[in-house]
Amino acid sequence: MATALLEVRGLSVDYVTETVDVRAVDKVDLTLDNGEFLAIVGESGCGKSTLLFAIAQLLSFPAEISEGSVVFKGRNMVQLREQELRHLRWRDCSVVMQSAMNALNPTMSIGAQFRDAIQAHAGMSDAEIRDRSVEVLRLVGIDEVHVDSYPHQLSGGMRQRAMIAMALLFTPDLVIMDEPTSALDVVAQRSLMTQIKELQERLGFAVIFVTHDMSLVSHYSDRLAVMYAGQLVEVSSTESLFASPLHPYSRGLLDAFPSIRGPRRALTGIPGSPPDLGHPPAGCRFQPRCPVAMQRCATERPDLYQEGQSQARCFLYSDMRAEAV
Amino acid sequence: MAATYSPGAMPAPADEPVLRTVDLTKHFHLGGLFSKQTLHAVDGANITIREREILALVGESGSGKSTVARLLAMIYRPTSGQIYFRGRPVGDLRSRRDLLRYRRQVPMVFQDPYSSINPVFRVTHGVARNLQLHRPELNRAQRGEELERLFETVGLTPAREMLAKFPYEMSGGQRQRVGFAAALAVQPRLILADEPVSMLDVSIRAGILNLMMDLRDRLGVSMLYITHDIASARYVADRIMVMYAGHVVETGPVEGVLANPKHPYTQLLLSAVPDPMEKTSFSTSATIGEPPKVVNPTPGCRFRGRCPFAIEECSHVTPGLRPMAPGQMAACHVAKPEPGAEAAPAAGAAI
Repeated sequence: MATALLEVRGLSVDYVTETVDVRAVDKVDLTLDNGEFLAIVGESGCGKSTLLFAIAQLLSFPAEISEGSVVFKGRNMVQLREQELRHLRWRDCSVVMQSAMNALNPTMSIGAQFRDAIQAHAGMSDAEIRDRSVEVLRLVGIDEVHVDSYPHQLSGGMRQRAMIAMALLFTPDLVIMDEPTSALDVVAQRSLMTQIKELQERLGFAVIFVTHDMSLVSHYSDRLAVMYAGQLVEVSSTESLFASPLHPYSRGLLDAFPSIRGPRRALTGIPGSPPDLGHPPAGCRFQPRCPVAMQRCATERPDLYQEGQSQARCFLYSDMRAEAV
Repeated sequence: MAATYSPGAMPAPADEPVLRTVDLTKHFHLGGLFSKQTLHAVDGANITIREREILALVGESGSGKSTVARLLAMIYRPTSGQIYFRGRPVGDLRSRRDLLRYRRQVPMVFQDPYSSINPVFRVTHGVARNLQLHRPELNRAQRGEELERLFETVGLTPAREMLAKFPYEMSGGQRQRVGFAAALAVQPRLILADEPVSMLDVSIRAGILNLMMDLRDRLGVSMLYITHDIASARYVADRIMVMYAGHVVETGPVEGVLANPKHPYTQLLLSAVPDPMEKTSFSTSATIGEPPKVVNPTPGCRFRGRCPFAIEECSHVTPGLRPMAPGQMAACHVAKPEPGAEAAPAAGAAI
């Protein structure tokens, strides 16, 4: 296997408060290959956005990386200074923020915002900048007249596509997306996802895609990482996760949304709510809500165990499972 | 249970639905004083919600579905058309007393449980206010008992403990249950639920959807469930109504419509729902356009710009709802009715 594009090792992020440090991301290990589409799935408050920001080195006080490394194209981003990061950002690794409604500057035209981004990271002439702006807008299916449009003149879906165009200005190796479709309607969501996937296959960049909606990425991602209470609880290929989820939480998530086809079946959801990360449960963090919890789950912390091609943080898959049963 | 609704009850014929609208229309004036621009948010909607029924109103943002909810809640006055609540026209209600009486029977549950509960008071504040305002016959002690009973009804248990909480101590799902408790406090006939689960986490949603069905089955409350999530509509609703750009384009029993959608827009909506169990490749459809802003519209089907089957007629004649299958109607010039649909007795009644 060639060296990975991105290697996250033992990454932990703490929110520092006066009374207690809240660990929002707890010892996360992740590997991403060139051109791979990885989706990080989890509920609100599980730390998925914090993890994303930690990978992109965008955290600000009171959040800080307390341990671990993020090696991107052979360089440990955690140790880089702001100036060095500047060379990587946007050129090699760009971020698409959650809500395009707020992420675009309402007082500047789309073209002016593109120019800002280009000038901050490269020297190009005005004509070159305009050519490139038109080119990336065309990539995402927006007519070139909109270079001079202001955000309010575009629909929600177009604004979100403009954000993606902006992230592609320098053809980066990695595009990080934080719920880019959450403000859109189903139809617009579907067409945006299709477009992202087509661009990815054409331009060959890798994607980390954060979402709370598992079914959204089901046809698009190569691998899924499920997060719960700051930890990865399952990492699997998308196919195997939907066919046979390992972790009880992944199984619960799959059973929580109604289907549009097939027989109508009763949904249970997952009882209870996620733990307070300031005071996480002593054992497995999912144990209070888990339908198959065992005695040891209340006191011992499970690791991420290998199970076939997948990994799951559950004693069901530990080496000692024979004794446990 | 039904007997306790007596105070504001109006006599209604046996088969009269809880709520019925006739050509309900709402236009908004845009721009300045001299502007001639009018946004057609809802045009000629005929909605029927029966006893013990959950009607799902489905559409994209901007389709007019929230405007319908506000019209039914009497937050907006309709531009034209009439709302009949248990057979009586609501447009004639003028006095504060009559309006209160109507609103007490048709409360709303809001989309965002984080901003619809006052954060400085205990969670019971809004629910207790509803009791005070709409059920003056209860004394203080009875109100306390009623609060506890309501919290138990919506699954906030142990109720005693929950009653003492502040909003920040509750999860989104619990807050939304408080929203339903507040709606139930007024002993409603019909609850208008505007996207009640869209802000909630996936693992919590099922609980709220189950609560809605439970309230229908146990208390006999009817509901208008507004959503853009067609899968959850299928899960809770008895009937479905699809809106596009201010027009009702299809309506009928939920299983019938989803199994056999007649309007091309319903078909598009259905095809866009991600279904992990389905083995399609991703490149099924690229860009399929966006819904139009309906400012000073000319006659014609509003979906024609995105419609793969549009014919000449669509650009100048607005299609009306036609029977397509038993109980199912669609507003489309091209769609073919099932044999015998016209004769089906349910068709006319089930608008």
